[in-house]
Amino acid sequence: MLNLTYIDWLIMLLYFAFVLGIGFALKRSMKTSKDFFQAGRALPAWICGLAFISANLGAQEVIGMGASGAKYGLETAHFYGIGAIPAMIFVGIFMMPFYYGSKARSVPEFLRMRFDEKTRALNACSFAVMTVFSSGISMYAMARLIQALHVFDGLFHALGLAPEGIFTFSIVLSAAIVLLYIFLGGLTSAIYNEVLQFFLIIAGFLPLVLLGLRNIGGWSGLKASVPMAYMHEWKGVAHASTNPMGIEIIGLGMGLGFVLGSGYWCTDFLVIQTAMASKNMESARRVPLIAAIPKMVFPFLVILPGLLAIGLPTPHTTTTVRTVNRVIYHDTTIVSQQVEQGRGLVPAKINPVTGKPMLTASGQPLLDYDMATPNMLLHFFPTGILGLGLTALLASFMSGMAGNVTAFNTVFTYDLYQSYIRKGASDRHYMAVGRWATVGGILLSIATAYAAINFNNIMDTLQLVFSFVNAPLFATFLLGMFWKRATGHGAFAGLIAGTAAAMLHHGLTLPIEARTGIHGGWITVLHHYPSDMAQNFWGAIFAFGTNFIVAVVVSLVTEARPEAELVGLVHSLTPKPARALIAWWKRPEALAIGVLLGAIAVNIFFY
Amino acid sequence: MILDLRIPLGLMFTLTGMILTLFGLKTDGDAALYARSLGINANLWWGIVLLAFGLTMLILGRRGQKHLERQPPEPMEEGRQQRGH
Repeated sequence: MLNLTYIDWLIMLLYFAFVLGIGFALKRSMKTSKDFFQAGRALPAWICGLAFISANLGAQEVIGMGASGAKYGLETAHFYGIGAIPAMIFVGIFMMPFYYGSKARSVPEFLRMRFDEKTRALNACSFAVMTVFSSGISMYAMARLIQALHVFDGLFHALGLAPEGIFTFSIVLSAAIVLLYIFLGGLTSAIYNEVLQFFLIIAGFLPLVLLGLRNIGGWSGLKASVPMAYMHEWKGVAHASTNPMGIEIIGLGMGLGFVLGSGYWCTDFLVIQTAMASKNMESARRVPLIAAIPKMVFPFLVILPGLLAIGLPTPHTTTTVRTVNRVIYHDTTIVSQQVEQGRGLVPAKINPVTGKPMLTASGQPLLDYDMATPNMLLHFFPTGILGLGLTALLASFMSGMAGNVTAFNTVFTYDLYQSYIRKGASDRHYMAVGRWATVGGILLSIATAYAAINFNNIMDTLQLVFSFVNAPLFATFLLGMFWKRATGHGAFAGLIAGTAAAMLHHGLTLPIEARTGIHGGWITVLHHYPSDMAQNFWGAIFAFGTNFIVAVVVSLVTEARPEAELVGLVHSLTPKPARALIAWWKRPEALAIGVLLGAIAVNIFFY
Repeated sequence: MILDLRIPLGLMFTLTGMILTLFGLKTDGDAALYARSLGINANLWWGIVLLAFGLTMLILGRRGQKHLERQPPEPMEEGRQQRGH
C-alpha cells in the first residue's frame, strides 16, 4: 500500500543527519551546567518562541488535532483560540517577569522560592514522573503509526528481517536519535531541533492542505461536503446540544480557556523552559507572544487535514468495464471493509478478533479518527514529497519527546538530585548527572512504551491521572504570583485538595454512551455529561475551584512570609522594570495587543 | 551562541528543495505518479518553494554569523536591550 522509493529515504536520512549534526556542532559550547540545562540563557527570542510551540507540537498534537478536526469540525480551533492564545499572552505579559526574574532554573524551583520545600518536592516528583510517561506514550504512538502506515515494511523485507521487529526498531531509532542530540547539546540542541521540526512540519503539511482544498473544491467545496455545524467555531456554542463537542459556552470558556489552557501554557515546564532559555527579560516575555503568532494560523495546518479527510468521498469497491480490441475487461478496485465502512478518508475501527468493523451503541461504525491525517498524506502525496510528509510526522513525534526529556533531566538534576540526594557537588558533577538522567529518562520512556503494548488501558489511565494532577496547578501559580498572603501550607493543601476533587468528580460523572470504568463513574454515577470533552472541562473547573478555595482558607490561618522575602516573586511587591530604553512598539505589551487583535480576527473569520 | 541556527536550517531546506526539484524535473509528465496530487507536479513546485526558503535562510544566517563573530557573545544583563540577533 505504501511504496517508498530511494528519494523518500534520502529526504528522511538528510533530516536525521541534520538533527544529529546540530547536536555535534553544539557539543563544544556545553561548558557548564547552565549551558546544558538552560541553553546558557543566551538564545534570541524568535528561536525560543518557535521552540515554545514546537515543544507542544508533538504527535498527540498533530495526529490528535487532525482527529479532533474530523470528529468535531472547526470547533477544535477553540483549543487554540480560547485554550492557547490568551494563556500565552498572559504568561508572557504577567507571569514571565517572575519566572525569569526570580532566576529560578525550573518551575518547581520557582515554587520553592515562592512557597516552600514540600510544595516543590510534590511538583517536581509528579512532573518528573509525568514527563517520562508522556515521552513513553509519544514513542508508543509513533511506533504504532509507523506500523499502521507500513513505513519500514519494505526496508525490513529487503533486509530479510521479520516484520514483528518494526515496533522495536521504530522505538529504538527515535529514542537513540533524541538521546544522542540531547546528550551532546542539552537544551540548546533540543531547542534548535525543535525549530527545525517546526519548519519541517509546515513544509510537510501546508502542501497537504493546499492539495486537499483543491480536490474538494476550495473553501466553498469543503463547506458543501461536511455538516454545517462542522464549519463554525462559535455558532451553536451557547447550548451543548447544538454543537458537535456537546459543550456550552461556560464550560468551554472556563474549563478550556481559564483552567486547562492556562494550566498547560503558564505552568508546564515543558514549554516554559524554552522561554527561560532566552537572553534577557524582554526576550523571555516576548517568547510566548512570538509563539502565539504561528499558533493563530495552525488551525489551517493541523485541523483542516482532519476536516478534509471527513469531507472527501469515501472510496468504494468499483468495477469499470472497458473494451479493448473487442475484449471486455472488468477492472475491479477492491476497497477493504475498513475503508468502505469509514467516512471520507477516515477508516472504521476493526475488531482484531472478528475482523468486522466495531460499532457504537447506536449501530454506527466506530471511526478511527487518528488515521485521518496520516491517510491524507498517503492519499495525496506522490513519492518524493511523501518522504517529506512522513519526515514531518516523525519530526513532530521527536520534538514532543525531546521537550519532555530536557524538562525531565533539568527537574531531576536540580530539583531532586541536587536538593535531596547530593548537595554542594561541583558543576561538572551536575552536568554529568544531567547527561545520565537523559539516558535514564529515555530508558524509562522505552519501558513505558512497552508497558503500553501489554496493558491496553495504560495510556488512557496515565493521561487520566495526569489530568488529575495538572488541573488544579494554575490556581497555585495564580495565587502565588498575585496574592502576597498565600503561604506554603496553603499551596500544598490546595494542590492535594484540587487533585482529590478532580478524582472525585471523575468518579461521580459519566459521559453519555460510555461505560463506567476508565471513562468515569467508578464510584457512582450522579451526573451524565453530553461528551467526554464536557466532562474534562468541568472536572478541571472543579479541581481549580477547590484548589483556589482550600489554598486561600489554609493561607489565612497559617503564618504569612515576611514581605521582604517575596520581592521579585509576587506582583505587588516587585518594582516595575525601567522601560525608557525601548521604543513603545518594541515592548512585549504592544506585541501582545497585536496578537490579541489577530486572534479575534481569526475567530470572527471562522464564526 | 556559537552557531546561527539559520545556517543549518537553510542548508537542510536548500538540500531538500534541490532533491525534490530535481526529482520533479526528472519525473515531469509522469501522469501515473502525479495522479494522487491531482495532476500537479507536487515535487517540482514544492521543491522550488523550499529551495527559495532555504536559500533565504542561508543568506540571512551567514550575515548573522558574521555579526556574531565580529561581536564575541557576551551574556546580556537582564532588562537591557540588544540590537539585532
